Amino acid sequence: MVSKEKIYSYLENVSDPEVPVLSILDLGIVRDVNINEENETVEILITPTYSGCPAMQMIAMNVKMEMLTQGVKNVIVTEILSPAWTTDWMTESGKRKLNEYGIAPPQNKSNEYIPIEDLIVPCPICQSKNTSVISEFGSTACKSLYRCNDCLEPFDYFKCH
Amino acid sequence: MNNSLVEYIMHLADNSLIHGHRLSEWCGHGPILEVDIALSNIALDNIGAARSLYEYAAEIEGNGKTEDTYPYFRDVRQFKNSLLLELPNGNFADTIAKCLLFDTYQFYFYTALKNSSDNRLAAIAEKSLKEVTYHLRFSSEWVVRLGDGTDESKQKMQNAIAEHWEYAGELFAPSNIELEMIEQGIAPNIDALKDVWQQKIAETIEEATLSFPLSNEKGWFQSGGKKGIHTEYLGFILADLQYMQKTYPNSEW
Ligand SMILES: [Zn+2]
Repeated sequence: MVSKEKIYSYLENVSDPEVPVLSILDLGIVRDVNINEENETVEILITPTYSGCPAMQMIAMNVKMEMLTQGVKNVIVTEILSPAWTTDWMTESGKRKLNEYGIAPPQNKSNEYIPIEDLIVPCPICQSKNTSVISEFGSTACKSLYRCNDCLEPFDYFKCH
Repeated sequence: MNNSLVEYIMHLADNSLIHGHRLSEWCGHGPILEVDIALSNIALDNIGAARSLYEYAAEIEGNGKTEDTYPYFRDVRQFKNSLLLELPNGNFADTIAKCLLFDTYQFYFYTALKNSSDNRLAAIAEKSLKEVTYHLRFSSEWVVRLGDGTDESKQKMQNAIAEHWEYAGELFAPSNIELEMIEQGIAPNIDALKDVWQQKIAETIEEATLSFPLSNEKGWFQSGGKKGIHTEYLGFILADLQYMQKTYPNSEW
């Protein structure tokens, strides 16, 4: 039977459909992997990011496909709601990849409330801290829209949640 | 007992579904692009919360039921959402007024539901509360922006709050099912949330330089939704929402 470490290494290949540079491990939505030796089943526990996020179904499907490709046939993807997902679970390498991709990563911890007008989100393109929020809701549930006042480029901010 | 729990879950799910459906009607019609996107995001969060709840109800009921059974195969009288949520979107200020009243309610409701003796409902509340915090900020900011805006936007915002006010009372009037759930520690005592809700609304209205709607002396308000007695609007919503499943039952894509 396949090891837990192996399963995690396969999960590294499954990316977030909306932010393809991030694996679901970078995103921090994989909570645990249970291996049942008896009936040779692998259960993967996943926390949804946002309630209505349409990416969740696709992620579950991609997880199953990846496991199948790797020869793991009996896979169950279980959704767990509590504790609720938070951007604090995103890995440091995930945040770096996001920034390189052109999306500003979450700037604060989810339990510290910073009013939006006080939050400084550096521009992922020119690193300037002189940026302003255009819209708190962006192209997907997890993002807000910002504009850089120096290089004038608009950019997405992966908001703290 | 399970029967009452299912009924209760259905009421919560119907609230989120109908609110989400109404907001989704703004998609492609928002006054500016950012608002269009925001309302679609908020609609999605509400429909997502409804899905989690219907799924839970389906698990309890078993018998081949799924999360789709409830939204697609029930009729008007079986829906238990509050009347406020089925009202037409009206102009932008009308929608924002409805959102302010409901988002504020949901904020305090989910905060309390997190302590439910039912672990699954507590988990859904924990998840939804994070999202509702954004919704509430969005609607509150717009009430202030429109209220403290031009003469016309102020007038529209004031009218919108006055018109929706009489529908808000139903949110806090427990039905028999809710009383039973409150007794069992599953539901929070919604009646007790009204004061803090009203205070928060009053603060927002004051910041928006608007006047607080005169509270009705007899405390009269529109009600019926929780018992399945709806305005004419719900039927039209369901005609739209259920069309495909009623034409091609159980079709999948
Ligand atoms: Zn820049």
